[in-house]
Amino acid sequence: MYNAITRSQIFVLDQDEALDFYTNTLGMELAADIDLGFMRWLTVRVPGDPEREILLELVGPPAMDEQTAASARKLLTKGAMGGSLFLSTDDARSTFETLAERGVDVIDEPTPRPYGIDFGIRDPFGNAIRIGELFDNHDVGFAGPQA
Amino acid sequence: MLGQMISRLENDNRRLLRARDVMDRDYWRSLDIDRLADVALMSPAHFIRKFKSTFGETPHRYLQRRRVERAMYLLRTTDRSVTEICMNVGFSSLGTFSRTFTEIVGETPSSFRNRGEMPAVPICFVKAWTRPSSFGEAS
Repeated sequence: MYNAITRSQIFVLDQDEALDFYTNTLGMELAADIDLGFMRWLTVRVPGDPEREILLELVGPPAMDEQTAASARKLLTKGAMGGSLFLSTDDARSTFETLAERGVDVIDEPTPRPYGIDFGIRDPFGNAIRIGELFDNHDVGFAGPQA
Repeated sequence: MLGQMISRLENDNRRLLRARDVMDRDYWRSLDIDRLADVALMSPAHFIRKFKSTFGETPHRYLQRRRVERAMYLLRTTDRSVTEICMNVGFSSLGTFSRTFTEIVGETPSSFRNRGEMPAVPICFVKAWTRPSSFGEAS
């Protein structure tokens, strides 16, 4: 029935600021930036992974009426909108050091887990981003001792 | 600071979230309202008021729930003693820890431990979904 997951979406409050963060700070590349008239279609992707894109969607019309958009903006900035991204890396600690030097908001620092080593950051709007160096055989099983 | 399109409320929310992330990260440390207020770019009194109105509870209550959630995780994923876990998560008294834990979770730490192993899922979900939701106010 399906071949792959090709696009996911997160809400942002400012698309120019989002593009700057996800490319210049996080290291992704611009995939598409198209003025559709009714919305700006803005996607980014991980360099070397052309098949999967993330849509940086503005909170507002036409997808939402103004009242709903205002509620969504409040929830987003409180970190309550979901919209988490999970990224993998070959070197969690080195990636963390790079991002920390660039001033990202850190939720938690690289910590060993049963499935690998991961850490959490937030984008400027409140979206959580989890970045992990996964073990080859990571699987659901006994949870390790790390808090 | 977010761009011009962002309202003052959304800016406050984002700064309060930043302070809350610090509490999450440093949950075992003593609650330092001055430091957290600095992170949120607010006065201490304003920070406490805004934190409660935004997240529904005081910083102290939030931190207690965070510590109990961490204790719940450690009880089911390690062999550390209850006393050691109590200290690991930031409580200074075993009696206070046990009483607070039981009040929130509805059973003693030892009884909770006996529920068995916890599956390994991404830690962000464990933290969010195992955090006790109330101190019994709902009842």
